[in-house]
Amino acid sequence: MKLKSLILAAGLAVFGTAGFADGHAAKVKVGMITTLSGGGAGLGIDVRDGFMLATKMAGNDNLEVVIEDDQRKPEIAVQLADKMIQSEKVDVMTGIIWSNLAMAVVPAATAQGKFYLSPNAGPSALAGKGCHPLYFNVAWQNDNLHEAAGAYANDAGYANSFILAPNYPAGQDALTGYKRMYEGELAGEIYTKLGQTDYAAEIAQIRASGADSVFFFLPGGMGISFLKQYAGSGVDLPVIGPAFSFDQGILQAVGEAALGVKNTSQWNKDIDNEANKTFVEAFQAEYGRLPSLYASQGYDTANLLLSAMDKASVTDPDAFRAALAEADFASVRGNFRFGSNQHPIQDFYVREVIKEGDVFTNKIIGASLTDHGDAYAAECSY
Amino acid sequence: MTTILLIEQVLNGLQFGVMLFLMAAGLTLIFGVMGLINLAHGSLYMIGAFAAAAVAGATGSFVLALIASLVAAAAAGAIVELVVIRRLYDRDHLDQVLATFALILIFSEGTRWLFGSFPLFLDIPPALSGPVTLPGGIEYPLYRLVIIGVGLLIALGLFQLIARTRIGIRIRAGESDREMIAALGVDISKLYTLVFALGAGLAGLAGALVGAIQSVQVGMGEPVLILAFVVIVIGGIGSIRGALVGALLVGLTDTLGGVLLPGVFATFMEPAAATAVGSSLASMSIYILMAAVLLFKPTGLYGSA
Amino acid sequence: MTRGFLINLVLFAMLPVTALVALMLDEPFIITLTTKVAILALAGVGLNIALGLGGLVSLGHAAFFGIGGYAMGILAHHAQTFTPILESPLLIEGSKSMPVIWLVAVLTGALAALAIGALSLRTSGVYFIMITLAFGQMLYYFAISWPAYGGEDGLSIYVRNGFPGLNTLDPIQFFAITFVVLALVLWGAGRFAASPFGLALSAARQNPERVETVGLSPYRLRLLAFVISGAVTALAGALFADLNRFVSPTMLSWHMSGEIMIFVILGGVGRLFGPVAGAALFILLEHILGGLSDFWHVYLGLLLLLVVLFARGGMIGALAGRQVAHD
Repeated sequence: MKLKSLILAAGLAVFGTAGFADGHAAKVKVGMITTLSGGGAGLGIDVRDGFMLATKMAGNDNLEVVIEDDQRKPEIAVQLADKMIQSEKVDVMTGIIWSNLAMAVVPAATAQGKFYLSPNAGPSALAGKGCHPLYFNVAWQNDNLHEAAGAYANDAGYANSFILAPNYPAGQDALTGYKRMYEGELAGEIYTKLGQTDYAAEIAQIRASGADSVFFFLPGGMGISFLKQYAGSGVDLPVIGPAFSFDQGILQAVGEAALGVKNTSQWNKDIDNEANKTFVEAFQAEYGRLPSLYASQGYDTANLLLSAMDKASVTDPDAFRAALAEADFASVRGNFRFGSNQHPIQDFYVREVIKEGDVFTNKIIGASLTDHGDAYAAECSY
Repeated sequence: MTTILLIEQVLNGLQFGVMLFLMAAGLTLIFGVMGLINLAHGSLYMIGAFAAAAVAGATGSFVLALIASLVAAAAAGAIVELVVIRRLYDRDHLDQVLATFALILIFSEGTRWLFGSFPLFLDIPPALSGPVTLPGGIEYPLYRLVIIGVGLLIALGLFQLIARTRIGIRIRAGESDREMIAALGVDISKLYTLVFALGAGLAGLAGALVGAIQSVQVGMGEPVLILAFVVIVIGGIGSIRGALVGALLVGLTDTLGGVLLPGVFATFMEPAAATAVGSSLASMSIYILMAAVLLFKPTGLYGSA
Repeated sequence: MTRGFLINLVLFAMLPVTALVALMLDEPFIITLTTKVAILALAGVGLNIALGLGGLVSLGHAAFFGIGGYAMGILAHHAQTFTPILESPLLIEGSKSMPVIWLVAVLTGALAALAIGALSLRTSGVYFIMITLAFGQMLYYFAISWPAYGGEDGLSIYVRNGFPGLNTLDPIQFFAITFVVLALVLWGAGRFAASPFGLALSAARQNPERVETVGLSPYRLRLLAFVISGAVTALAGALFADLNRFVSPTMLSWHMSGEIMIFVILGGVGRLFGPVAGAALFILLEHILGGLSDFWHVYLGLLLLLVVLFARGGMIGALAGRQVAHD
């Protein structure tokens, strides 16, 4: 056993209050593979912190978590999955941030009889034909936030959008998702280079296109670059994007350039319900920063797991699966249940970037899609 | 494609090229004078950007931030030269590649240690934000024009420094015969530290200038580093003039390739396929350019054998 | 020589011993790790032919590693979806058989190395380092933006490819396969270095003019070495992809090139068994340091720096003294 997991186990034992002996005393060992170093580490750290916060608050002694860093490299993730299955002998896996890593790990893990709860990635291949009874997605199907953006564009009366995304599978899914809901014309459609940092050429094309709105999906540093350059370009068409480019973690780096931009999300810190209030306060108290979307997903994932542990033993996979599928936990998003392919059916909101004191953050300004599932559920049969 | 759009894209290419030049100039000087291949040059670019973001965050002054980027990167460069690089001059390129690769690992994760995993904020000063209207009705971001201007000024200054000053004479002498100028009583080790710090400072400045319109994050230096290598290989290693020409060529090829190629393919292919093929080819265009140049001139455009 | 030989023997025997002990302790993951060491060592042996013997500092060997990986990925992908790779002019089917995949990987790796080498070897020194780096990046960007085989997501293979008479899904049997391949390649590389061709190549590294005066073309010698080197690295790539049942553009990234080079250096440049020692040390470090700190790259960097600055013979050099100097 590695040092890190030892520390974690010890930590859990210290934090865990007396422990409920509730008849389902079967231990559950969770293997979390997430990105903790290198580029994109912020997302993995938030998922981990959200997850660990929920386990700490629950104080359930029967839950043991082993955490490993995939460095955002698929081959490392695959090896860690092998390790968790072969040597740690975990029951449930979770944690992966990126779709390409999920595609490398999830099919093999579920084929070997492990539960997988996705706290972030939701590739279409795993929602449709490649769905699996042991695979649950607690975040969203990849297209969802983009579909919500398309729906919002209709509501806002946009009829001529310019859309852009990086030239890689998730980027192609993003534009497909937007177009699925959006009913207007397209002024232009561009695939940019993955990792591109200069968008002057694309912004020039947007300026020349005669569009009335811009939709973009550029995760991480790409989005920061785009927004800063867009703000400086003098093009003042309204911009819409999924929450990823406007999340708590990176918003401070975008700064003024993001102010007022509408983005779509299934969660925000001002969603009005008890669970969310508790989560936002506890997260700030524990880590001294505002929680992000990713932290909320990690938190929900842990609570889903804990709710299933209260109902069934993991040693009885059918019962455990049924318990998971009920989604009988208080989600910080409020409305949350699983569809037939075990992907979320939930509400999507439109948020606006605002400034609270010195901190840039989001506030919800309306609903985009309510009780929305995904487009691939029909293709899934177990 | 309209002429206005084309001119705008050419300006974008120029701006990109000028930034690449600031990176490439340091690399090529360091190679020319010390015969050292420095993979960690991208880390110095990152250090400049982080220093600028930190100082801008603390003081709110962009000018101070730029000065900080120069100083921090030059200081980091000087320290690295004194502690590590100095031992590598007599080694073969393999050792240099590895040692500087090790420096990348240390700098990247060290920066993450200090500043955390999230990107930092650095914005352009209000005085330089927003677009200006150029003759012909072209709207263009002022800041990018300033970058082009600053970059060209620095290029001019560098040429003057090398052609006209005492240091420049020593640098040129160092390029042509290292042992000789040491024998002539020039303190060669001080000269090396100076050249290394100069190159580092330029990279840091480029990092800060670009950081203001992009995102300041760990790993930001690596893509630029590889492009800067392409630039100096095309221009000829050791040649400042080659670095300038190479940088502009790469900047223009990359920008215009990305804009024009999908359109070219769209004339005879379906739009979706044309975008895919065009974008794929555009992302490889500068490497194809480099292979083509080396095919005809194995030591680059201005390189000596 | 004898001390070096002994160290090589111990090093080499450590792989199967570790795997067998892990088998007895029922720790299949340790076997998987040992397999990874063997495969990465194989990639290092490939690079070492160009680097150690030919003096060709290639910072683009991830290209061949990735090509091998994609040879496996594409063949297996077509086999598992029952779609032919090519229908006209002639029918080419996918394959799930390791020997077939290896053959394809070696051939495509060799072809790619021939093309890249023929262009790159027109240059030398720093130009060579950078042009190989650029070719690597070119393939990397191509793989990312080409959607047919998954782009950045890569390709997943659900079941490991087969080898006649063996169950490759069993960790120890797959280890046995990779170990035998590594042993054969090491034996071949040793024979190669001692052959007239290998000696001429070594001479071309140390003194190209003299080689030219005896009527040999350094360019051709180096090109052939580069091709063999690329082919071996591609073979390692195919095995690596099979180990993970997955291939993606990260196998082509320049960090991979850097890592393969690190295996060679940590072990000792130009030493036949250097990459074995280097890869073992690297994996060991990754798992010890990676467990201690999220920032383990800092320590890796420091260690690498120390090796380059103060222990130029690498691990084997430090253990065996400098009898078998590389320069």
